[in-house]
Amino acid sequence: MDGLTALITLLSFTLAGQVLAHVSGFPIPGPVLGMALLLAALMIRGRVSAELERVSALTQRHLSLLFVPAGVGLMTHAAALRAEGASLLITLIVSTVLALGATAFILQRLRRGQTT
Amino acid sequence: MALWTWLWATPATAMPAALLLTLGSYALALQIYQLARRPALLHPAITAMLAIMAVLIAGDIDYARYFEGAAFIHFLLGPATVSLAVPLYRNLAHVRRLGSALAFALVMGATVAVVAAWLLGRMLQLSDLTLRSLLPKSVTTPIAMGLAETLGGSPSLAAGIVLVTGVIGCVAAPLAFRLLRVRDPAAQGFALGVAAHGFGTAKAFEISPLAGAFASLGLGLTGLVTALALPWIARAVGF
Repeated sequence: MDGLTALITLLSFTLAGQVLAHVSGFPIPGPVLGMALLLAALMIRGRVSAELERVSALTQRHLSLLFVPAGVGLMTHAAALRAEGASLLITLIVSTVLALGATAFILQRLRRGQTT
Repeated sequence: MALWTWLWATPATAMPAALLLTLGSYALALQIYQLARRPALLHPAITAMLAIMAVLIAGDIDYARYFEGAAFIHFLLGPATVSLAVPLYRNLAHVRRLGSALAFALVMGATVAVVAAWLLGRMLQLSDLTLRSLLPKSVTTPIAMGLAETLGGSPSLAAGIVLVTGVIGCVAAPLAFRLLRVRDPAAQGFALGVAAHGFGTAKAFEISPLAGAFASLGLGLTGLVTALALPWIARAVGF
């Protein structure tokens, strides 16, 4: 098949995740629940079809295209960004560097103790 | 000019116009990015966004009108998020092998990202809306946008914040690793995925395939764990 089944799979799990989020009332984005459901399904099935592999690789290669329409919406926040842009940037730089350092440092430490 | 206004007035023309504007800007931005040898600051999403903003402002088109037209691309974020389960599944072997070390590094990294942003953001007196859009900043954009909405923030503000975080992560990573003497490619990759999502993952694949695999793992797990935990914690502390 030419990717049609993979598309149906992804849409089904998207919808299932949205429905689960709505019905359960969990404050979690529906697609994330859909991702968890698909992961569980793949683990139960024990393999990924070549087709699903291809479609998901294609999607992820161009993932950044998909958030362009929402990102353009930044222009509606221009006033707020002018007012607090500098503070926001400092917050982002510091917290990102801390997270990056902490994760790498901890994992390297712990992995040294294990045999790899 | 009358023709331009007419073009954006009804969905039959506004939709292809918005889709073309989005796809065209992205394709062009991708070309520029590759020609310039992939510097983080010239990421195609950023260039494309700026180009579209320029067209909308110059052409006096409302953002809402453009977004209506480009809604189809935006909708695909859902299925794309779901598809992240595939690389996650592919790299499960690493999870089984390194279970507790990976889990600990993941939880610490994701927590530091959120808590540091929250504390610093409050100290610097960011507005409530910005603060709520800021918390999921290390998470891959489609998840971060959903989370920002759940937390009462703004999805488009979150998208911009996540992009900037990705750029910062890629620029700062070599320096941070050198300072902390992190040479293990698995640890480097995982940290890039945890702290700088898709941008970091792309960067990790430039280090080595192993670093890339750990980065996709970090990206997927951080998205999953943050999305599952953050809304509950925010609700519990009355944020």
